[in-house]
Amino acid sequence: MTSSMLFNITTFLYLISMIVFFAFLASKNKSLGLGGSFIAYTGLAVQTVAIALRWKESYDMGVGHAPMSNLYESIVFFSWTIILLFAYIDVRYKYRIVGAFVVPFALLGMAWAQLGMNTGIEPLVPALQSNWLLYHVITCFLGYAAFAVACGISIMYLIKTAIEGTDTSAQAGGLISMFPPLKVLDDLNYRSIMIGFPLLTLGIITGAAWANYAWGTYWSWDPKETWSLIVWFVYAAFLHARITKGWVGKRAAWLSVIGFAATIFCYLGVNLFLSGLHSYGGSKM
Amino acid sequence: MATNERSFTTNVWDFFCSLKLTLFLLISLALTSIIGTILPQGALPPEYVAQISPTKLQVYTKLGFFDMYHSWWFISLLYVFSLNLISCSIKRLPHVFKFISEPTLVLGEGQRNAFSLKKELSYSGSIEKGKERLVEFLGKEFSAPVITEHNGDYHLFSQKAAWCRLGVYVVHFSILVIFVGAIIGSLAGYKGFVTIVEGTSINAFEGRNGQQMPLGFEVLCEKFNVEFYSTGAPKEFRSTLTILENGKPVPGYSQVKVIVNEPLTYKGITFYQSSYGQANEGGEHFISVTPRDGGAPEKIAAHEGVVVTLKDGTTFKLLEATQEVRQFAPGFSGPAARIEVTRKGAAPQTFIAFKNFPEVNAQRGDALIFGYEGSSAKQYTGLQVAKDPGVWVVWLGCTLMVIGIGVAFFMSHKRIWVVVSKGHARMYGNASKNQAAFQMQFEDISEKFQEIKI
Repeated sequence: MTSSMLFNITTFLYLISMIVFFAFLASKNKSLGLGGSFIAYTGLAVQTVAIALRWKESYDMGVGHAPMSNLYESIVFFSWTIILLFAYIDVRYKYRIVGAFVVPFALLGMAWAQLGMNTGIEPLVPALQSNWLLYHVITCFLGYAAFAVACGISIMYLIKTAIEGTDTSAQAGGLISMFPPLKVLDDLNYRSIMIGFPLLTLGIITGAAWANYAWGTYWSWDPKETWSLIVWFVYAAFLHARITKGWVGKRAAWLSVIGFAATIFCYLGVNLFLSGLHSYGGSKM
Repeated sequence: MATNERSFTTNVWDFFCSLKLTLFLLISLALTSIIGTILPQGALPPEYVAQISPTKLQVYTKLGFFDMYHSWWFISLLYVFSLNLISCSIKRLPHVFKFISEPTLVLGEGQRNAFSLKKELSYSGSIEKGKERLVEFLGKEFSAPVITEHNGDYHLFSQKAAWCRLGVYVVHFSILVIFVGAIIGSLAGYKGFVTIVEGTSINAFEGRNGQQMPLGFEVLCEKFNVEFYSTGAPKEFRSTLTILENGKPVPGYSQVKVIVNEPLTYKGITFYQSSYGQANEGGEHFISVTPRDGGAPEKIAAHEGVVVTLKDGTTFKLLEATQEVRQFAPGFSGPAARIEVTRKGAAPQTFIAFKNFPEVNAQRGDALIFGYEGSSAKQYTGLQVAKDPGVWVVWLGCTLMVIGIGVAFFMSHKRIWVVVSKGHARMYGNASKNQAAFQMQFEDISEKFQEIKI
């Protein structure tokens, strides 16, 4: 059994999980919801084993390193953290339906990684040979995943307000009757960002510490650094907006969606469109 | 007039304290920062200057877009941001201190209705006994209460982690600390670059503005090595450095290995492995020529681009050489040279001669086998040089920020009041954050509260 086979199984399981969640959304059949969660967790377990196996495989090849060194490995890790956070919300707050809006993000990542990228294990270039790699990548991606979950929840919020606003009969039944109440969605959005923001802060600080250690400058306004700061500003604005009147609800949901768009640009856009110090995150490597 | 003046200063003060300004600044900083990630910063590449229209170039330069993070308007935004942080803290901190040091010990009738978490207990004992039992209960289940007698009732107040309300101010303060660290670094620190050829030493480096800056000691590059993986990707760039004071090696700083991610610091100045290259382009290369029908190989010195004539009239020219051929010829490694060989009266042939693959060399050439024996040309190492006395202040700020965020995001000020009246007691609870988690704790305590027999 190789890690790449297990990653394919993971992708397939996330696909099935998403379909089952969509069926759950349409049918409101509770056992489908349970099934969707169960399949997602099975996928998470398989993916965990696959990541560990890939780590081991890299040592067998003599180029041992944590599987977080290029775009492929980071996308896989990103998907893993998204499902992990979904599991937390599912178990802790019992809002299974969130899965229908969060699992697709993980599936999208895995599908892109498995189908569109070079999956080979590569040795670490000198710039990445540091323990900081692990701390920096883990904190950043846990933060990104929390923002992805917040974005999924915000989309649910926006759909619910849009439908309830125009069609009063929808309140009684329909697709969105499964959605948690607006107040709960707003609160879950806030909670997810309360998890993501400290992790992003840690990610930026560990990145700065590493840069200072490796290059002698903790901040050089490289596009990746700048975009991470932009994301930080957006979520800082979100957190402050919540204590001002008139910024809860719809506006907060939009800020959360914008914040995640900035996160995705920071993660992918910078590597694909701009040049800078994080070039090894590019897909060509 | 006096009232007008006061209202003006009050207005200015309110402006700097306002949350609206905070939101405006955060969003402005986010939006303007994008410019510097799209436009080139610092020295402009000539290709960029060629493609952009002169008016645009002039306008962008005027606006400081090509060094925007140091432009007057970006720095001004950061200053207003700092003022905003300071003003907010000055305005709100006294209230928070008062809130912590003078908590609401007595709950009025009106206040009680505002609580979502409450529980009632009826008891038959005396009020004194009830008070004693409940003080003991709170102390055991939550924290020791403050007792206040009010209109014949006893108000018990207990709280946990009141100080965590300061967390958010620690975060705000930490941002200012980081700014201070950055300012110290820009005033008292410097950055530069130096190249050292193997076997030589330097005592100065080139600063950011191009001027030579003395180090006060010497750095000798003993050796520079590059290692590659079998895939051709670089594995390690390694300089072996020795620090010299008055021409003598400093103990403990002799033959130090410096690689990417492992810099060398001496007297507060740090050297970071950054680049490398071949020194003196015109160095000598050595080519071995072996007759195919046996005979001793001959070692010939050659310069790049210079034609060498052999005894039998064959000429050859070294076109280019590399100390690592992998990136040009996959599957091969080590030093190699591309040479053009012209036998007397024949057309020129071009091929690669390797150092590590004599069997491949033997497949080429005709009567003569050409091999590459390496070069006398030395390599140089490129090192970043930096000194930043403000960096510790920045790390202090970062540490404060992490602690502050931890406290502000994950801890909450929890308060429980018990109002003991004759025959019954009412318990109220409130948390500054994460009410849901506190609710569970409160329900736990409530269950035990209801089982109390007095």
